[in-house]
Amino acid sequence: MFEDANIIVGLEIGTSKICAVVGELGADGALNIIGLGQSRSRGVRKGEIINPEYVEEDLRAAIFEAEQMADVEIRSVYLGVSGSHIRGFNNRGRHPVVSADREISEDDVQDVIKNAKAINLPAENTVIHAVRQHFSIDGQDGVTHPVGLLGARLEVDMHVIHGHANRLQNAIRLVRGTQLVVDEIVFTGIASSLALLSNDQKELGALVIDIGGGTTEYVVYSDGVIRHTGVLAVGGDHVSNDLAYGLKVPLSRAEKLKIEHGAATIADAAAGQTISITNEIGLELKRVNVEQLQRIMSLRLEEIFQLIAEELEQAGLTNYLRAGVFLCGGGSRVPGIVELAENIFQMNVTPGHAAGVSGITAALDQPEFATAIGLAKYGSIKNRKRENKSSLAHGFKGVFGKLLSRS
Amino acid sequence: MNLQPEIPGPEAAPKPVVKIFATGNAGGTLLAALAAPEFADAHLVAVNTDAASLAASPAPVKIHLENKLFRGLGSGGDAERGRALAEEQFSTLKSACEGANVVFILAGLGGGAGSGISPVLAKAAREAGALVLAFVTLPFDCEGNRRETQAQQSLEQLKSAADGVICLPSQTIFKLIDENTSLLETFRVTGGLLVEGVRGVWQLLTRPGLIQVHFADLCALVRDRHAENAFAFVEAAGPGRAREVVEKLLAHPLLDEGRVLAESDAVLVSLLAGKDLTMAEVNRVMEQVKRQCGHAQIIMGAAVDAALKEKLCVTVIAAKQSATGAAAAAATPAVSEPVRLSGRGGQPAPAVPPHRELVLGRGVTRPRRAGAKMVQSQLPLTIVSKGRFDKSEPTLHHGEDLDVPTFIRRGVPMN
Repeated sequence: MFEDANIIVGLEIGTSKICAVVGELGADGALNIIGLGQSRSRGVRKGEIINPEYVEEDLRAAIFEAEQMADVEIRSVYLGVSGSHIRGFNNRGRHPVVSADREISEDDVQDVIKNAKAINLPAENTVIHAVRQHFSIDGQDGVTHPVGLLGARLEVDMHVIHGHANRLQNAIRLVRGTQLVVDEIVFTGIASSLALLSNDQKELGALVIDIGGGTTEYVVYSDGVIRHTGVLAVGGDHVSNDLAYGLKVPLSRAEKLKIEHGAATIADAAAGQTISITNEIGLELKRVNVEQLQRIMSLRLEEIFQLIAEELEQAGLTNYLRAGVFLCGGGSRVPGIVELAENIFQMNVTPGHAAGVSGITAALDQPEFATAIGLAKYGSIKNRKRENKSSLAHGFKGVFGKLLSRS
Repeated sequence: MNLQPEIPGPEAAPKPVVKIFATGNAGGTLLAALAAPEFADAHLVAVNTDAASLAASPAPVKIHLENKLFRGLGSGGDAERGRALAEEQFSTLKSACEGANVVFILAGLGGGAGSGISPVLAKAAREAGALVLAFVTLPFDCEGNRRETQAQQSLEQLKSAADGVICLPSQTIFKLIDENTSLLETFRVTGGLLVEGVRGVWQLLTRPGLIQVHFADLCALVRDRHAENAFAFVEAAGPGRAREVVEKLLAHPLLDEGRVLAESDAVLVSLLAGKDLTMAEVNRVMEQVKRQCGHAQIIMGAAVDAALKEKLCVTVIAAKQSATGAAAAAATPAVSEPVRLSGRGGQPAPAVPPHRELVLGRGVTRPRRAGAKMVQSQLPLTIVSKGRFDKSEPTLHHGEDLDVPTFIRRGVPMN
């Protein structure tokens, strides 16, 4: 049995599956994935829990499987959260440097960060992450380490991700109810981007899109820091639902058709092609036009990308994505999705897989597991920091800015 | 759209051969109004089941659909009979459409002949290789629900058979008439409006365009947006004509003082004037229209016709996909499937196709008339089944419910 402190578990309660990834922290601080457990999720819609009983049952199954595989006892997890209530925005904090010699001290930095986090949120919302971007001294931007420099006015940009407190608590309480400790909650979009992107790519600028079952998360990195985050409560479930509606087949059948014949672009070969739907004993019930199927899918996926592209355009980030777009989540498995995304974003699109972690390759290559792996990676970075600075505050309101921005 | 640098001379590509078919009695009346010199190039054809009214028609070509079984009584107001007769004579109709590039169908839906023949005729014309655009009126509310049902059914069929349908619900005419308007006058006004629409489209397609509007543009505009399309044709002359047409346009009762423009999601604007049409005028008109339109997609065309001299004519066709956002988008799937209107998963089918409600919805402000039938309108909210997302919090993005299938919101036909 391993030392408990070295075991880091990422837990994602997703719309289509609940997934737990067990990582082991090596002596050098590198993360090694040693276990993976998953179960079909029945109690989640659009990333949010609607049936706690089902979720608890599925959660136990996933944790049990992960424990079996890794041969460890899981005590605490890094929990991924998502849902349409989660929003991100940038906020700037200001602080006058008052010391006589105008040298910026560690205290000044702490103060300016505190100011940047003092934001007006609706009463029911709570901050999930407050990620530091860059400092600016007397209007000079792009300062990464202001301590020791001279200046009169210190400013800092923060990216604040916040969500509905009760909805976040729901997931936390549920996990706690299964006798697990929640180390921290992490926005799943950030987790996925941690798993997918290398430091170089973060520096160059990259967009990570995680197309999940019920939600699509997107995160923009540029100059090594998080610039933009967002959640669209639209995902693979919507594709299935569209198909069920458009082709007039039951949802379960639509799901199957999506997996077997789905595509993000309409294949030339699909024109006029039909698939017959048969019942258990092989009697034909209905014929489904493949072109129609692919058109419905293509329109939905195209819309998801367009909405994201529009938002980034408005935020003025399109030109900063020099490393391109990275896709993960179950939706990135759809044939042709890379071409579709390339068409819409007009840049390089890469189907992502978890880099920078070692371990069970079968798990690392699956785009669905990127989030859970990213959660474990988040934990490993956090752990490393904790060793360096044992006094770091607990709880999800802690200062993770430094970790995330410089990881 | 194709931007041509200069006015094409007479030797330019041949004009499309246009045949205008009028079906039923109402169609015949409309056709009579069209027998003006400007339509001299068009081939007018009257199709009817009623020999008497056919005889009175000024159309050079007449097709009488008759069957011994009905003993000269025509369709008797039964669209099924009209349809049966038309289908029997399908080859005759088809051969009548031969050679045409564009076929216009004029009809008043609700009766037997117009409702029954038009969809079959549209199909025949399509098979003969023509593009089909139908101009139809829907009956007044007071005409009874049988005519209304028949008209709706026919409209559905027509939509799937024709390339484009421009429909004018007669009920909107109430905005144009007052208490003392005679019945005859009322029908004349309805007919007049439709004829104006035909004239506008006719000019759009036949006059050499500086900024040409293709038939495809027109069809793309009206296709699957039939639920609510409105058109207006205005003209003005004199030095301040650009300002005047804009004023007239915005005061046009069918555009509801410009409100229709603001709500529509695609607008086609075609300007036609004499040789002295200036860019400033085009600009002034378009600027105003754009200001009214908000976020609508605008297709613009401009043409010059020396014969018009000082006149400036503007045709506006505004199409709107839905009245209440996503809810009304439900109307679209019905387009591809005229027969089955039921939603997925055993949703109860609305007794009357949703279009009707939408059309009625717009007329809320009209003065309530003694004769108008009160219809308990159905809230269009339950029409689209969101399937598994039915009970979950809607995913709203800029006022659009993303849980509703994309293809429905975008009005992509599935057939």
